[in-house]
Amino acid sequence: MIYGGLGDSRTRLTVTGMARVLRALRLDGMLLSGLIAVSLFGLFVLWSAAGDNNSLWFSQVARVGIGFVLLVVLAQIPDHFLRMLSPAAYVVGLVLLAVVALVGDIGKGAQRWLDLGVIRFQPSEIMKLAVPMMCAWYLHQRPLPPSLRDVGAVLLIILVPVALIAEQPDLGTALLVAASGIIVLVMGGLSWTSILGGVAIFGAAIPVGWHFMHEYQRQRVLTLLDPQSDALGAGYHIIQSQIAIGSGGVFGKGWMNGSQAQLEFLPERSTDFIFAVIGEELGLLGLMALLAGYLFIVARGMTMALQCRDAFARLLAGSIALTFFVYAGVNAGMVMGLLPVVGVPLPLVSYGGTSFVTLMAGFGILMALHSSRKLVG
Amino acid sequence: MRRVRIKDEALEQRMFFQRLLLAVAVVTLVALALLGRAFWLQVVQHAHYVELSQGNRARIEPLPPNRGVIYDRAGRVIAENTPAYQLELIREQAGDLEDTLARLVRFGLLERADVGRVRQLVLSRRTFEAVPFLLQLDDEEVARYAVHRHELPGVLLETRMARHYPYGAVGAHALGYVGTISEQDLSRVDRERYFGTGVIGKTGIESAYEADLLGTGGYREVLVNAEGRPARLAEGADPQLRTVEPQAGRDLRLTLDIELQRVAEEAFAGRRGGAVAIDPTNGDVLVFASLPTFDSNGFARGISRSDYLALTENPDQPLFNRVLRGTYPPGSTIKPLMALAGLENDAILPDDHVYCPGSYSLPGSRHRFRDFKREGHGSMDMQNAVMQSCDVYFYRLAHTLGIERIHDSMSRMGFGEPTGIDIAGERGGIMPSPAWKKTAFSTREQQVWFPGETVIVGIGQGYWTATLLQLAKATALLGTRGQPYEPRLVRALVDPATGAIEDKKPRPLPRIELKYPGNWEIIVSAMVAVTSGPRGTAQRIGRGATYSIAGKTGTAQVFSVGQTEKYNEKEVAERLRDHALFIAFAPAESPKLAVAVLVENGGFGASAAAPIARAIFDAYLAKAPP
Repeated sequence: MIYGGLGDSRTRLTVTGMARVLRALRLDGMLLSGLIAVSLFGLFVLWSAAGDNNSLWFSQVARVGIGFVLLVVLAQIPDHFLRMLSPAAYVVGLVLLAVVALVGDIGKGAQRWLDLGVIRFQPSEIMKLAVPMMCAWYLHQRPLPPSLRDVGAVLLIILVPVALIAEQPDLGTALLVAASGIIVLVMGGLSWTSILGGVAIFGAAIPVGWHFMHEYQRQRVLTLLDPQSDALGAGYHIIQSQIAIGSGGVFGKGWMNGSQAQLEFLPERSTDFIFAVIGEELGLLGLMALLAGYLFIVARGMTMALQCRDAFARLLAGSIALTFFVYAGVNAGMVMGLLPVVGVPLPLVSYGGTSFVTLMAGFGILMALHSSRKLVG
Repeated sequence: MRRVRIKDEALEQRMFFQRLLLAVAVVTLVALALLGRAFWLQVVQHAHYVELSQGNRARIEPLPPNRGVIYDRAGRVIAENTPAYQLELIREQAGDLEDTLARLVRFGLLERADVGRVRQLVLSRRTFEAVPFLLQLDDEEVARYAVHRHELPGVLLETRMARHYPYGAVGAHALGYVGTISEQDLSRVDRERYFGTGVIGKTGIESAYEADLLGTGGYREVLVNAEGRPARLAEGADPQLRTVEPQAGRDLRLTLDIELQRVAEEAFAGRRGGAVAIDPTNGDVLVFASLPTFDSNGFARGISRSDYLALTENPDQPLFNRVLRGTYPPGSTIKPLMALAGLENDAILPDDHVYCPGSYSLPGSRHRFRDFKREGHGSMDMQNAVMQSCDVYFYRLAHTLGIERIHDSMSRMGFGEPTGIDIAGERGGIMPSPAWKKTAFSTREQQVWFPGETVIVGIGQGYWTATLLQLAKATALLGTRGQPYEPRLVRALVDPATGAIEDKKPRPLPRIELKYPGNWEIIVSAMVAVTSGPRGTAQRIGRGATYSIAGKTGTAQVFSVGQTEKYNEKEVAERLRDHALFIAFAPAESPKLAVAVLVENGGFGASAAAPIARAIFDAYLAKAPP
């Protein structure tokens, strides 16, 4: 690499013990601080959102612990090893998705879960990482910008798992998985005309997609357009979350004092709608703090991606960083009534095991990719 | 052949950087959009959402006011609010409602006949609401509940303030009672005022002074969750909820003397009838007795269907207010008034003698109007005619006066219209006249007034009906020598919070001026002779009294009250006997009390009704039982 850690280490006369430890563990101090800060903020909010349910909070603490351990573990993997693993991860993910489609448990009306006896998990979570890995792996071997054929191949790589996930049905995850792959494609040098064309095609596809949507999914879209049309039914989530956020004002009602959240007007307040709890209890300042945390993480992630040594690392790192922001944007947009209600958790804050752990795995990989650049530095 | 391109690291890096700039732009835009939306919701629309949020979390829970306490004239509490146990049912906790109701019946906490009513009551509320269905449990019921509590999920024992009448059945017809608010009640009151109040005055004073007794309800804002259940915020939270304290209703001070009332009721010794005692100087009603009576507490408690049926199907009609709504022929009790009308209309002089042969016939008619004394009273002046209650004297006087003049005189004394007592439902009786007959009957031949009908009006029979209140009021009017008052049961209203007293002034009616004021004493002395003269019809009750009593006995033919079919022979005979009446005031010179008594099927007024009047006088004037 042209520039990077080596030059730094030479010029820096004093290297703190902490920095040495981080370096030894191949961790990025800035990104890690950002993740820890947002996670702690999330736990702080979750304590309030969980209400009397202390065990929920403690189980989330455990998951946060697991997530960070996983991050550290994955950060040790050399990037070429990750690249090698990509097709295998993708294929395993596909097989599991197929298995779920055939035998998966029914959870909340959708087939998402796979019960392996010891752990139950959603194979679609694997795909959140496996799809961008596979896309990056594919493009890495080809000259960029990608040819039309390569673009088609990547789209196919994306489309197969996305279709399986959408069929479960889990539209939110399907869109996020698709986004992670498409980000790889765009970062890989998709031409400007293709990008514009893609946006146009996406716009044109909406009516077609409408045709294939489940009734509840259509309802969510309709509800977004006019929440009051079904105030106690499908519109309830959106109306209540906006009341929560709006009534919070600039300074919020105070931690543990959000009447919407504490009195259970706000549905899914510890999971998908925890953003509204922040807005209600901590106000606009709380939301801005969270947003700042996210932007810091994304900015650091993108910087790290830029520093990566090869196409695979760059594309995958960039995708991980940007997909993270897509999660945040989709959740916040949904809770504030800008997007239809799709089941997307607020990253690092929402209660829910797999989401947090998957995110941490992603950042672990990001750090691994970033650290690997030094090996040839 | 495919063109082979070689990977160009520099180009790829540059492109990645460009795309990254695009990403930065997109991220910035999205972040700005989110921030803008948050700003819109939390700053621009803040007030709007605060309002919505407030409406979400606060529900108004009523704080019912304490109902005004009712005191008798001596300050004794006769209607109060006491904490009482009640059973409430929460449907969602009860599981199977039918099963719970069946168990309540099995445990003796609910009558089978009431199951339908309770079911309807419970189903009309939300599933998590506690619906009171059995009020004022007695100790035995509480014990039964305690034993079976574990078998009755969702059935709760709660305490709340309930109406209690310490004197029970004494004076129940005057006091009235409160009961559960019905749909019918709600249609004629301001529902807002009854938010949270379970009972409403149904009859008597409780009903007439409902607006004063009720008070003003308060409310408390309660935090509720999305399902409408009460909730609690974390400690230290400041929910800023409003509480408006209720204002108790006004207390009533009655004119009623509950101990005198008890004396009167006990003097009836189980017989049916009614008694009214009025202070002639101001219209205060001290006794308002209708017998048999009933226990007001039964209604306040939420009377069961079977208990209610027992009251309504009782042939003695305990729920019938004989004082207020019983209209009876006044009989001979109106003879002093008739005599006064004769004097005032120059139809007769006090010393004019009329010969009583035992019957009277109109000129040119063979029909004989019999005197109750078959052999006749002989020659009668006015004093003797009143004292001995000679019918023939008054037959003749009535004929001389004519119905129009009788009607006018008696109407001035208050007959034919309600007395204006301050409780509702009073009847006015009938003061007959040819004009009245025209409106009362439909066919022409029925509308004709016959001279014979005038004759029997002379002894308080025929179409003439009066209430005990009218008789008592007319008696009081004789006692004051012409100053009538509207009878009243409530003397003052007291605001318990401020102690402010609103005195209700006596309500005098236009004074009756006589052409010859001396006529008052002529009539009064004749009435005194009734209880003290050697041949006075009520001379027995005058004996041993330390005060002079001016009275008049009466006997009325049995009329509509209490006629039902299924009696045995003996009872039929008893119920065909005449009603016994007695009116009196004492002391005669300056009366403190005027009394009217009626004993249904009591026979002759002197023996059945007069002793009750004497008992009341003794208790009030001599403070010693006879």
